[in-house]
Amino acid sequence: MKTINVRYFALFRERAGRDSETVETTADDALALFRQLTDRHGTDDPRGHCKVAINDVMADWDSPVADGDDVLLFPPVAGG
Amino acid sequence: MCAAPTDDRDARHVSLASFGEDATSRLRAAHVLIIGVGGTGCAAAAALAAAGAGTLTLVDFDRVDASNLARQPLYTPADIGRDKVAVAATRLATQHPGISIKPRAERLAGEALQAAVHAADVALDCSDNFASRFALNKACVDTGTALVSGSALRWEGQVAVFGPDYANAPCYRCMYSDHDEALDDCQGAGVLGPIPATIGTLMATEAIKRVTGTGTPARLSLYDGSTGEWRQLGVSKNGDCPVCAAR
Repeated sequence: MKTINVRYFALFRERAGRDSETVETTADDALALFRQLTDRHGTDDPRGHCKVAINDVMADWDSPVADGDDVLLFPPVAGG
Repeated sequence: MCAAPTDDRDARHVSLASFGEDATSRLRAAHVLIIGVGGTGCAAAAALAAAGAGTLTLVDFDRVDASNLARQPLYTPADIGRDKVAVAATRLATQHPGISIKPRAERLAGEALQAAVHAADVALDCSDNFASRFALNKACVDTGTALVSGSALRWEGQVAVFGPDYANAPCYRCMYSDHDEALDDCQGAGVLGPIPATIGTLMATEAIKRVTGTGTPARLSLYDGSTGEWRQLGVSKNGDCPVCAAR
């Protein structure tokens, strides 16, 4: 079991109803972690409408997550 | 005609540590391409014109709409229906008569976009959709031109600087992929008026740093205006990036 610090930015803060939370998880990668948070996001596939960073570096959804990681979820923005 | 860099207009730049007369002269000689003169583009263009960027090329096929006025202060109700770049060029020329402003009321693509990027020292992406952003990024990578990317929606915005060393550093396409889609646009999701201006002004700072060789380029910066929070993230070069991996 890993302990992950999940932080929600902007739109995802509103959707999650919190700034952050500490999650106990067996997820091996960012996508599996996100899916365990599905209830908070109301969707089962974040790809395309959510970006992820691990320890302040942008990551892919198949990037591994490790005990103690800080995972940030934030929305893509293209408006000008 | 450009005035000497030591005139009163430039006094605060000349006296600025790590900037001075040399950087002021480089700014006067710089050519900045701005794609999109909406919320972020208005602010970036106004800041760059006021600061004395020598040449600004403004590209936008859009016309002024009443819904633009809350966040695009270069335009007034009397401008509704007019080409944005024509109005913006007039306003900016009033703001700084000594610079050159080139309005282009068209949608640039392909070779025309590449030529416009190649002619500039830095390109500012102030567009409002991923397709335009990917096209501009590719033109920047192909021509080895630095790109300042900015975007805004709802209460949030993002700024990042890419290139010109795309062989060793990421491009915009490393950060966003074809899978990405905006959750909504300004029309659908709304945007608070000052948010694009906040982002556009930061883009102007990054552009000035780039063309003058001052400062350090910003990392990917995320802004949430609803809480005032900023986050800065690193972006790694994607070894599988279809645009820059082979560079």
